[in-house]
Amino acid sequence: MAKYNFMGKRKIFLTLSAIVVLASIVLLLIRSLNLGLDFTGGVLLERKFEKPVTAAQIRGVLTGAELKELGLGQSVIQPAGDGSEAIIRTKSLSDQEIRKIDAALGEKFGKVQELRTDMVEPVIGKELMRQAGWAVAISWLLILVYIAFRFEYLFGIAGVLALVHDVIVTLGFFALIGWELNMTFVAAMLTIVGYSINNTIVIFDRIRENMRLRRRESLEELVNNSINETLSRTINTSLTTLFTVVAILVFGGATLKVFALALLVGIVAGGWSSLFMASPIWFWLKGFEERKRASGKAVKA
Amino acid sequence: MRGKWQLLTIVIIVALSAVTIIQVPLNFGLDIKGGSHIILEAEPTPGVKIDNETMDRAKNVIERRVNGLGISEPVIQRQGANRIIVELPGIQDREEAIDLIGKTAQLEFKDPEGNTRLTGADLKDAQAQFGGQYGQPVVALEFTAEGKEKFAKLTQENIGRNVPIVLDGEVLTNPVVNQAITDGKAIIEGKMSMDEAKNLAVLLKGGALPVNLKPAEVRNVSPILEKESISRSLNAGLLGLGLVLLFMLFYYKLPGLAADLVLIIYGLIVMATMAGLRAVFTLPGIAGFVLSLGMAVDANVIIFERIREELKSGKRLHAAISAGFHRAWTCILDSNLTTLITAAVLFYFGTGAVKGFAVTLTIGIIASLFTCIVITRWILTAVANKNPSGMIRSFLGKGAVQNG
Repeated sequence: MAKYNFMGKRKIFLTLSAIVVLASIVLLLIRSLNLGLDFTGGVLLERKFEKPVTAAQIRGVLTGAELKELGLGQSVIQPAGDGSEAIIRTKSLSDQEIRKIDAALGEKFGKVQELRTDMVEPVIGKELMRQAGWAVAISWLLILVYIAFRFEYLFGIAGVLALVHDVIVTLGFFALIGWELNMTFVAAMLTIVGYSINNTIVIFDRIRENMRLRRRESLEELVNNSINETLSRTINTSLTTLFTVVAILVFGGATLKVFALALLVGIVAGGWSSLFMASPIWFWLKGFEERKRASGKAVKA
Repeated sequence: MRGKWQLLTIVIIVALSAVTIIQVPLNFGLDIKGGSHIILEAEPTPGVKIDNETMDRAKNVIERRVNGLGISEPVIQRQGANRIIVELPGIQDREEAIDLIGKTAQLEFKDPEGNTRLTGADLKDAQAQFGGQYGQPVVALEFTAEGKEKFAKLTQENIGRNVPIVLDGEVLTNPVVNQAITDGKAIIEGKMSMDEAKNLAVLLKGGALPVNLKPAEVRNVSPILEKESISRSLNAGLLGLGLVLLFMLFYYKLPGLAADLVLIIYGLIVMATMAGLRAVFTLPGIAGFVLSLGMAVDANVIIFERIREELKSGKRLHAAISAGFHRAWTCILDSNLTTLITAAVLFYFGTGAVKGFAVTLTIGIIASLFTCIVITRWILTAVANKNPSGMIRSFLGKGAVQNG
């Protein structure tokens, strides 16, 4: 396999990464994420009718005299299936109020079949977000500690910085495309953290080993060789994982689309950060530390 | 000799897995088989401390009610400090069930002045039956020994007056006492159907909730909806898996074939473990399974790449295989353990579907470590013994020769 110069162009790669991270943060700030029912709370009704029904007809029922008191004007109505199904998203309602809606719909359109009813209080959604935030932060911390223990702490810092990149870029991507996020997105984010660190560790492991075995190479050369030596593994593994993720994204059920797309973006971002960010950052930190140590000695002498 | 014992172990594990999968039905989550998932949250109630004991008592009451309704395979769990999760498979009588489960069901017998003289705690039994003046549906109550005395005293003191029976602040019935009732029995009558009478009896027998609970999350999924989604997701997963198997075969040839065999065994072991542990297969759980398959492939890729390097550096085949495994081990261990860390964090923080994902991922990672280290190694060694030149050609490309 040809040898690529990852380290020689590291300034270009790191600058590119920094730009993408900044762009993602800006996107998150101006567009923000489209948080679904799982996060914001509210009610989702998925119903099947005997014949096709338009969103306008449903809206007519929701705002009609019978349901006026519920104040459903802000509801989002989305046709589904072959047009005889509809998804209605609306504010928090009680079970009785939902039954009232079903009764009114049934009166207008005939038999109404319940496919899905989700009712989530806003407090649950807030908690979910808080939990997800904690889960990501704690997994970063634990990974940092584990790598510091098995390798050295500079590897830990470099590895976690790469992970921060992956998470921010994935969030930024979803802010850009505006897909509605559900609970499986949280699982996907955590998987990205686990998966991307996997890639990084394989490269770090090789650097660690080569540092023991090959003392004549310069550190920069050694890091570059380590990335190259593990390159076919990095590519093959990413490819095989992408096969399944893309298959689920393209052919899988609607429930898993967000999950699969988040994984796809995360795996690509994670592959990038493992190859072009983690090792160069470690190299830079290492050099910084050594210069500091050298200057410290010089002062003492 | 050692090889034979290993083969025997592998065969036993595979056979056990296959038998487990056939014998123990897989446990599917509500998102797959349909049903109601309800999270009840304790509301601050005057005079009630929401602590462990209160919540445990509330959970017991709900258990009795759900059992009283005859719903099969319900799951009732506490979550956090102030929540109870109720999972009811199937959709029959869902609305009724939710209504009943959330009711506080504080039963009170009052005197005409409005003082509470007896509560639901004084009840021994409650049964729905036909009775009363016109043979209509009623709920027959039987008091405990203590309740019997209290009720006798209440009726004695109030002959000719009304003694209201109140449920959750609503008057169920307001009968006039004709004579003192000393046998510890009473009936609640009112306008109700037999079904309503039965539900009321279930409520009263189950006891009152020690604290008000309100639904914080209700999710009802009909099985029809998911059937299509499931089969699509499953087919997609199988397609992805097929692509992975093909890729390994074409890229790595003989060892790739070995890896494919290992992956199939891996799948069997994970499914069997899930079934054996009665772990729940949710949709994200299946995704976690597919993902952990990717990680199992990774372990094999790491090993093969290592063996290839060792061969290139001039080692003999068996020495290269042995060195390849030895040197791949720390890498595989470190990368799998870090992923295990995130799976553990997910399990600790996650609820419901996310937790299912974490469980599958954890089982997958452990199974992957086992299969790649034990089974891949055994198969590779066996193939290298049978067909060393084919193995070397697979690793180094056509025309590569090494004197075995």
